[in-house]
Amino acid sequence: MERKIRVLVAKPGLDGHDRGAKVVARALRDAGMEVIYTGLRQTPEQIVNAAIQEDVDVIGLSCLSGAHNTLFSKVMELLKAKGAEDIKVICGGIIPPDDHAALQAIGIDGIFTPGTSTQDIITYINENVTE
Amino acid sequence: MKTISTHELAQGVINGQTRAIARAISLVERESAGSVELLKELYPHTGSAYLVGITGPPGAGKSTLTDQIVKQWRKAGKKVGVIAVDPTSPFTGGAILGDRIRMNDLNTDPGVFIRSLASHGSLGGLSPAVYDTALVLDAAGFQYILIETVGVGQTEVEIVELADTTVVVTVPEAGDDIQTFKAGIMEIGDIFVVNKGDRPGTDKMKFLIENMLELVHLDWLPPVLTSVGAEGIGIDAIVDQIEKHRVYLSTSNTFVLDRKKSLQKKLAQRLQQTFIEKVIERIFTNPEFDNRLTNILNRHTDPFSEVDHMIDQYCPWLKD
Repeated sequence: MERKIRVLVAKPGLDGHDRGAKVVARALRDAGMEVIYTGLRQTPEQIVNAAIQEDVDVIGLSCLSGAHNTLFSKVMELLKAKGAEDIKVICGGIIPPDDHAALQAIGIDGIFTPGTSTQDIITYINENVTE
Repeated sequence: MKTISTHELAQGVINGQTRAIARAISLVERESAGSVELLKELYPHTGSAYLVGITGPPGAGKSTLTDQIVKQWRKAGKKVGVIAVDPTSPFTGGAILGDRIRMNDLNTDPGVFIRSLASHGSLGGLSPAVYDTALVLDAAGFQYILIETVGVGQTEVEIVELADTTVVVTVPEAGDDIQTFKAGIMEIGDIFVVNKGDRPGTDKMKFLIENMLELVHLDWLPPVLTSVGAEGIGIDAIVDQIEKHRVYLSTSNTFVLDRKKSLQKKLAQRLQQTFIEKVIERIFTNPEFDNRLTNILNRHTDPFSEVDHMIDQYCPWLKD
């Protein structure tokens, strides 16, 4: 059976702006991927647990409240602690350019901020997910 | 990513390791190399889980009820697996699997494993992956496995073949809509639940279902319950009736018969799949096959005789 790419789209913390996450989720579905959408107000622990149970290839984190440094690094720590660092993590939302280097340093390579085309995200995932 | 052997993966599942279970499910869902070996190794460890199906129209509140029911079982100290099936888009092949949204609290409970599966376009029916996933969760030691599907088309009938108890959920607004009760759904529900029961029309709906059930002769008369899933009202009764049905099944003659019937269907499915892959594909990809098609279209021969000829040529033993 054809292998589908599985992506978890998650909104950590208290940020309630989910339109972008939903747009991305739909775009990924239209590109043939299986998207697990977990909704608002997820803790890093909930996100990592879901990612592991669902055996996703990618976690897409969305944050527009400015709490990305704290929340995203917690997710990366938990992934490491649970031996799941092979799951790729990308992110989007309001992520100031000054913060990009630090995020890349902890392993978040794909940072897709406002203005990104959904096709760029799809291409990135297709190119970076290996069997 | 460290690759591990099928045997190691099977051991991980039997020991209840989350990552192993998740990986095993992916393996069997994709029917990747090693999936059959894995299932063979796990099968002796299955047979103790109790399977409950929840089906019904979209928006009935199945996920919310699932969340509540699982919590009750957890209070009783049971380990629970949840398989949430959502439809694959027939146009793009992708899917949005959103049932987990309603089960947030269960996310960090180590005694619960939730897996979202796409239906993979089995024309509304359950994909074989659901059965195989249930086997993995069974082998991993989950005592209850709840399978949640959207009730459209054939899905309802398919879930009955898999689940021990099938719960059909609907909403009061379905009211006079006979479409909701198209032929067959009355026979597949072991328990009926009118959810969102705080809305007007609840009593009427309950009455409607009870009336319809009276027309069908059944050994087990399905209870018709009401609930307000979002507020946790009526959950005790649902859990209670599931247990009652379980007891009924264990004392009834039909239990083993039913399980044998559904097993037979599973075997038929696998045999069909193998036949298609090994025999039919071979016939169709043979270079001379196109000549056959041309001859049929030109009326030099007919489809029925050609089928006979193909059997003679490719599997003559069928005629023994």
